[in-house]
Order: sequence, then structure tokens, then C-alpha cells
Amino acid sequence: MLDRRQLLSSLAAAAAATLLPRLAQAEPAPFLTRPIPSSGEPLPGVGLGSWRTFNVGDDPEARYSCAEVMRAFFAGGGRMIDSSPMYGSSQDTIGYGLRKLNAYAEVFSADKVWTTSGGAAQIAATRRKWGVKRFDLMQVHNLLSWQEHLPMLLEMKAKGRIRYVGITTSHGRRHDEFVQVMRDHPLDFIQVTYNAADREVERRILPLARERGIAVIVNRPFRGGPLVRRAKREKLPAWAAEIDCTNWAQILLKFIASHPAVTCPIPATTRVDHARENIGASYGRLPDESLRRRIAAAVERF
Amino acid sequence: MSVWLSYRLSDFLLFTPHTYYRLFALYNRAVWPLHLVAFVLGLALLLLLLRGGVWRGRAIAAILAACWLWVAWGYLYQRYDTINWAARYAAVAFAVQAGFLIVSGLILNRFTPGADTVHRIGAGLVAFALLVQPLFAPLFGRSFLQMEFFGLAPDPTVAATIGALVAIRLGHWPLLIIPLFWCALTGATLWAMAASDATLMPAIGMLAIGLTVWKAWARTPAFAGHDGPL
Repeated sequence: MLDRRQLLSSLAAAAAATLLPRLAQAEPAPFLTRPIPSSGEPLPGVGLGSWRTFNVGDDPEARYSCAEVMRAFFAGGGRMIDSSPMYGSSQDTIGYGLRKLNAYAEVFSADKVWTTSGGAAQIAATRRKWGVKRFDLMQVHNLLSWQEHLPMLLEMKAKGRIRYVGITTSHGRRHDEFVQVMRDHPLDFIQVTYNAADREVERRILPLARERGIAVIVNRPFRGGPLVRRAKREKLPAWAAEIDCTNWAQILLKFIASHPAVTCPIPATTRVDHARENIGASYGRLPDESLRRRIAAAVERF
Repeated sequence: MSVWLSYRLSDFLLFTPHTYYRLFALYNRAVWPLHLVAFVLGLALLLLLLRGGVWRGRAIAAILAACWLWVAWGYLYQRYDTINWAARYAAVAFAVQAGFLIVSGLILNRFTPGADTVHRIGAGLVAFALLVQPLFAPLFGRSFLQMEFFGLAPDPTVAATIGALVAIRLGHWPLLIIPLFWCALTGATLWAMAASDATLMPAIGMLAIGLTVWKAWARTPAFAGHDGPL
């Protein structure tokens, strides 16, 4: 009988043949996974964010579309979906999608605690919205009241009520305090902003994450959209084929995923075709250092 | 403080423009035919500003208060709050404004429309909110279904209220605080969404400030032609 990991690997291989038919004819494209340093558990190289895109209220058509995005994401081998109580109705939308797709076995559930007090109650409410028995990862959103929440999360992990603990920031903010929390506490994950245009975290945070054995989730991989929209106005460079990319979204995601400290970027989208493009970055070769420089140089010229 | 300065307006936007405008389409579909009631109330408001008996100040206040209460409950709390958790606070502010209108206009009977240029501009603003503002959706490339109507959606309700407040004889600064705050808030939201009509409500807010100052100035004895104490 297949266990969960074998089943997911088989699904990913099947998805590779679907997403990259030309590559599949030659040889199966390798599916990118990264181990979570604290456990060794492999995670697919691209996750799914929900900021703005899944905040659709109780609009039935939009919820249906979001569930289709999730379907495309899971079909491509994706697992991690990330949300926050700050993201309006995104958690409800994810819960709707998980119920509709019955994707509880596939999903790696990542959410956040975002409140000045009453963190446990907020996490319980979030869990009900997702409809999951427990969260894989619970993070302190933007370090808000981390002094109160982090001990609680570590206790929840010790009791088996969550599997991993993390902290987040975005837009390059509060990095000094962020680094201090990374140094002083046993974190499994951090979440930061990183892309070919915003590389501040390469200086201190990413090296420290490697040193401390902390997995790294990357938010705003497209700067919330403008970066990839701008890139898509450019002709796809010939060297894109060297890293098995068929579009700019994949180039930008592979730039992020190829940093040795990064576990997975979490692009958000409302569109199924974009979800397929994004998860497609989980397949094929990654850029080496010289190609990373070319991507960064190309983005600088935008 | 430096952390807050590093944010851009768009960083506070919780939803996509598509979701924001679809909310109006779904809302319009759900509350139809309340549009007819709202339109009749809007027409009544306009007529009351232009003519009417001694009771018209109370009627103006009652119409505006009813609209603010409905927008607070029917749109902000029931609808907008599903995509913007800050909308519940806006709903409270709208309910408070309804209370102000009831106390000032209905109970204390302080809403007496003037008969000067400012009054006419105020009435014109009410007509604009009632008849022109709903057309902004199709004019700016959005669906007819996404039109925003006086009495049902916040922006035209606020615009008409500002028009009515500047049209009445006395200055009512306290009653303008919440409408002006909404003008800034909705302007910021639409600006973050790069909407073409983002400057409309802030412009109406600025107009309200200008007209209220003018009205206060015009009521001073020197301006009115009386001799001041020298």
C-alpha cells in the first residue's frame, strides 16, 4: 500500500508528464523538493499563497474559481498553502476548496496567528475555517506579539497540536528583531520577502537560516504581481530553455527556489493558467550561479 | 514610525479590484428592488432641499439617517466586511452618523435649507449623487450591474449627504467629520486599486470643506454688510 509520500511522488510524476509534455517525451523532468531542515520531510519547491487572491467573500463563482486554482496546484504536485487571519475571507475560501477537492491528504497547511492577545482562540477559529484536524505549520504573523505567541506555539508543537513553528515578515521590515528571534528560538520555518528585485534577505537572513537549519518560505515572489506582469512584456530569453522554463513566472520562481536556503516561494493567483505556470517551476533544472546573475540583471533592466 | 512609512497604500489593500467591484454586482442583485425605494427617497431629498414646508428639515434628516443606517447594515457589515475586516468599524461609524443626523435634524430640527449659492451647489451635489454617480461604473468600463446607488452604496450616499449638509442654513462641522473621513478612506482604497475615479470622493470632500468655510465666512457680520466693532 502506498504511503502519503509515495502517493504524492507518483502524483507529481504524473503531473510532470502533463505539465511538461516535451520534456516528458525526452526524459521525466525532475520534481523539485526541498527538505524541511528540522525534520527532513520533503516539500515541493513551489507553494500557494492566498493574500488578496483568495479573499473573495461569499461570492460563489469566485470561490469556485479559487477551488479550481487549488485543484491545478495539487494536480501539479503542490502541497503548501499559506494564509493568515489578516487575509479577510481567504481562510474560508481555502476551507471551501479543501472540502470540495477532498484534498486534506495533499495539503501542507500553513497559517498564522495575527492578534495582540487570544492567540489560541484565533488558531482554533482558523482551524475550523480550514476544516483540518491540525495545522502543519503555524507562524507568528509579522512578529506581532511574538513574545506571547511563540512560547504558545512551541508548546502546541510539543503536544502534537501543530507540526512546525515559524515567524514571518514581509517587505523587508523589522529584520533586526527577526534575526534576533531566529537566533534565540528553535524555529522550524521563517517566511520573508525575496525575489530577483528584492534581495535584502540574502545578506543576513538567508545565511542565518542555513546556519540554524530553518526552512524558508518566500512571500511576494512577484512583488504582489507587478514584477511578473512587467517581465511578461519582455521576450522570453533563449536561456530559459536551459532551466526548463516556458514563461517568465517560472524564471522568477526558479531564481528564488535556486537559492540554497530557500524551501519554497508561495505565489498567489486567481487564475488556473497562472497556477499551472507557477507550479510548473517545480519541475526541471534550476539556474546555477551565473544564470541567477543573468536573471537578476534582466530584472534590473525592467 | 519608520516601519509605517515604508508601506505603500497598495500594501493595505486586502482584495483585488475584481472582487471589490463584484461585491456591488452581487449586492445589487441581492437587494433589488430596494433600488426603487432608494431612488424615490433620493428624489424626495432633492425636492425637499428645493422646496417644502416647515417640516422639511426633519424629513431631510430622516431620509439621510435611514440611508446611513441601511448602508451601515446592508452593505458595510453584511457585504463589505466579508472582504475587509475594517468594514465593521466603518459600519459603526455610519450608524453613529445616522444617530447624529437624527439628533441634529430630527430631534433638534436644525436642518433648514438656505436659499443662497451654496444651497444651490449643495442641491446640485445631491442631484449628482442620485443621477450621475451611479453611471460611473459603465463610464469607467465596469459592468452596469456594478453601479453604486444613493441609499444603498456608501459613496453616493456620502456625496448626497455632503450636498444636503452644505445646503442647509447653519454650519454643521461635526456632522461632516464622518463623511469627510469616508471620502478620504474610499479615495485611498480606489487609489490603491488604480481606479480612474479615485479622486472623485476626495474632491467632493474638499468641496464640502471649501463651501462650509465660505458659508461660515458669509455669515460673519462684516461680510454680510454690517459694521463690525472697530
